[in-house]
Amino acid sequence: MSNRLINWFRFSSPQTFYPLAGKMLPWFIVLAIAFGIAGLWVSFFVAPVDAQQGQGYRIIFVHVPASWMSMFLYVVMAAWAGFGLAFNTRLSSMMASAIAPTGALMAFLSLWSGALWGKPMWGTWWVWDARLTSELILLFLYLGFIALQAAIDDPRRADKAGAILALVGVVNVPIIYFSVKWWNTLHQGASVSLTKSPSMAQAMLWGMLLMALALWMYSIAAALARVRAIMLERERHAGWVEELPEMRA
Amino acid sequence: MSATTQMGTQMSVIAVAIAVVRRDLLLALRRKSEVLTTLFFFVIVVSLFPLGIGPEMSLLRKIAPGVLWVAALLATMLSLNRLFGADYADGTLEQMTLSPVPLGLLVSAKILAHWLVAGLPLVLLAPVLGLQFDLDPRSLGVLMVSLLLGTPLLSLVGAIGAALTLGVRGGGVLVSLLTLPLYIPALIFGAGAVEADISGLGAGGHLSLLAALLALAVFFAPWATTAALRIALE
Repeated sequence: MSNRLINWFRFSSPQTFYPLAGKMLPWFIVLAIAFGIAGLWVSFFVAPVDAQQGQGYRIIFVHVPASWMSMFLYVVMAAWAGFGLAFNTRLSSMMASAIAPTGALMAFLSLWSGALWGKPMWGTWWVWDARLTSELILLFLYLGFIALQAAIDDPRRADKAGAILALVGVVNVPIIYFSVKWWNTLHQGASVSLTKSPSMAQAMLWGMLLMALALWMYSIAAALARVRAIMLERERHAGWVEELPEMRA
Repeated sequence: MSATTQMGTQMSVIAVAIAVVRRDLLLALRRKSEVLTTLFFFVIVVSLFPLGIGPEMSLLRKIAPGVLWVAALLATMLSLNRLFGADYADGTLEQMTLSPVPLGLLVSAKILAHWLVAGLPLVLLAPVLGLQFDLDPRSLGVLMVSLLLGTPLLSLVGAIGAALTLGVRGGGVLVSLLTLPLYIPALIFGAGAVEADISGLGAGGHLSLLAALLALAVFFAPWATTAALRIALE
C-alpha cells in the first residue's frame, strides 16, 4: 500500500537530495545557456530599435529580468527559511542560504544595469525613484541576511535566526515599497516613469521573457550547486558523505 | 481553576510586567552614563549638520525633520545592545524563559522600559534641538507627536534585531545592518509628517500611517523578538 503512494519527503534529506541535485544541475546549466543564447539573439538581432531610446534600450533585456528575479528569489528564500523554521528540516534552511547570494547578485545586477541605462536615457546614474530605492533596500535586506548567517558559527542557530530575519523582511517589503512610493510622490522627485512605456513590440517581449527564463534557470543551477557545497560542508561527518563515489575515488 | 486563583494569576502577570519595567528603569538609573551618552550622541549628531552644511536658516529649516529623525534612528540603534545584552551575559534572560509568565510579556515590558529610557528623552529633547533649526512652534509640536509615535516603533523593531544578534560576533555593527533597512518606513512617515505640515499639506495622513505601523509592531514585534530570543538561548 505504502509503495504505491509517492513519498513526498524522500528528497527532503541531504543524503538523497545530494545525488538528485547533482543530476539536475547539468540540465539547468544547459537550459540557462540555451535560453541565454536564444534571448540574447532575439534581443540583439531580432528586436527592433526603439523609436525613442535607440539602441540603448537593449539593456532592458538584462535589467528587467534581473529585477524580477531579485524580488522573486527573496520570496522563495523566505519561504524555504520559513519551512526550515516551521518543520525543522535541515535541507530547507540550506536552500535558503544557497539562494541568498544569487538573490543579492540579481539585486545588484538590477541596480547596476539600471544605472547604466539611466545615464544615457535620463542623464543621471541615479534618481530617487520608488522602484530604484526599494530595490536598493532589497539589496540591503539580502546583505543583512547573509551577514547574519555568516556571523553565527552554529549552523542550526544561523538557519533559524536567518529565517526570522527573512520572514520579518518579507512582511516589511510591501510596507517599505509603499512607503517609498508615497514618499516619492510627495517629493515629486523623478519625473521619469517606466510604467508609461509605449506598448512593446512582440520581439522585445519575447527577448525579455527568454532572458528571464535564462536567469531563472541560472538561479536554479547556482542555488543547486551552492546547496550541494553547503550539504557537503555541514554533513562532512555523516556516513553518506564518506560513501559518495567522488569521496572514495 | 476557580475564579479567584485565575484573577490571582492575571494580577501576578501584570505585576511581573511592572516589576520588569521597574527593574530595567532602576538598572538604567544606576548606570546613568550609558543612557546619557546616547542622548548626547543625539544632540551632537544633530548639531553637526549645521556645521557641515552652513548656517543658512532657510536650508536648515528644510532639512530639520530629516536630520532629527535620522539622528533619532541612529541614537535608538546605538542603545539597542543594552536591551538584552547585560541580561544575556549574566543569565537573567535564561531565567526569564523558564518563568511561568509568558516570555512575550516580559519582552514587551523590557521594550517598554527601553523606550522610556532611550526613546522618550529623544521626544523631549527634539523641540529644543528643533529650535536650532528655526522650526516654528507648530512644526515642533508635529515633530514631537511624530517622534512620540515613531520612537516606540523603533524600539519594537530594533528589539528583533537586538535579539537576533545576541551573543553574535560583531553584533553591534550587525544590528545596524539588520534594523536600519526596517526603519525606513518610520523615517519616511515621521520626517514626512513634519515636512507635510511645513508645506501646508497637513500631517494627519503621515501620523495615521505611523500609528498604524506602531499598532502592527506592538502586535508582531514582541512575538518575533521572543522567537529570536529562544533561538539565541537554545
